[in-house]
Amino acid sequence: MAAETSPTFDRVADIIAENSEVARDSITPDSHVTEDLGIDSLDFLDIVFAIDKAFGIKVPVEKWTQEVNAGEKPADHYFVMKNLAARIDELVAAKAG
Amino acid sequence: MRLEYFQMIDRVVSLDGDAIVVESRVPEASPVFEGHFPGHPLVPGVLLVETMAQASGWLILGRNGFARMPFLMTVKEAKFRSFVGPDAPLDVTARISHEGSGYTVTEARLTSRGKRIAEAEILLRSMPFPNPELEAAMRANAARIGLPGYGA
Repeated sequence: MAAETSPTFDRVADIIAENSEVARDSITPDSHVTEDLGIDSLDFLDIVFAIDKAFGIKVPVEKWTQEVNAGEKPADHYFVMKNLAARIDELVAAKAG
Repeated sequence: MRLEYFQMIDRVVSLDGDAIVVESRVPEASPVFEGHFPGHPLVPGVLLVETMAQASGWLILGRNGFARMPFLMTVKEAKFRSFVGPDAPLDVTARISHEGSGYTVTEARLTSRGKRIAEAEILLRSMPFPNPELEAAMRANAARIGLPGYGA
């Protein structure tokens, strides 16, 4: 059940394991941050802070949440691990560009 | 400073960009001292954290123009280096170290007569005011402590 990962995925998974009670081994590219990993809003805030610091970006969580609540984007687009890693890569690229 | 009312800040000294300086004086007497501790009154460490959190909160409110209410979410790296007793003057500084999406992180420091008392990294989440009463009360408090732009 080897799953394809990326350096960004690995780093985010490490951050999640460090900032929550989620075991690192249980985090896969298809894990949904809240539905599968059970991360609550407080842990998620700490995780976002750690991601912001690690990647030098500002993860626009409020914008993402608004888009999901408005039905403009499925929650999986932002909150499934492999997609979250992709969104972070986009933010890093946008900042560098 | 009125400990039992969680009124921790007496006056805003300055609010400049991403930093705030506030001051307070610990009351000579408070019911808090009856328990903490009998015959040896000390300001509880949790109230020193609260003082630093409130300074951080006023910094955020001053910056966002009361658009949202900051709520304490995380306290990290809290250290208590010295005791604080009745009538002590307190100087608190809070500086924004990171402004995220819907949250703010500050580095706060509390001193008394130049002596380091406490410090912490504080994360506050900013949310819409839950009701107009709270916003009105916060604005009244801002006037009381002389938050720049909101002073009486």
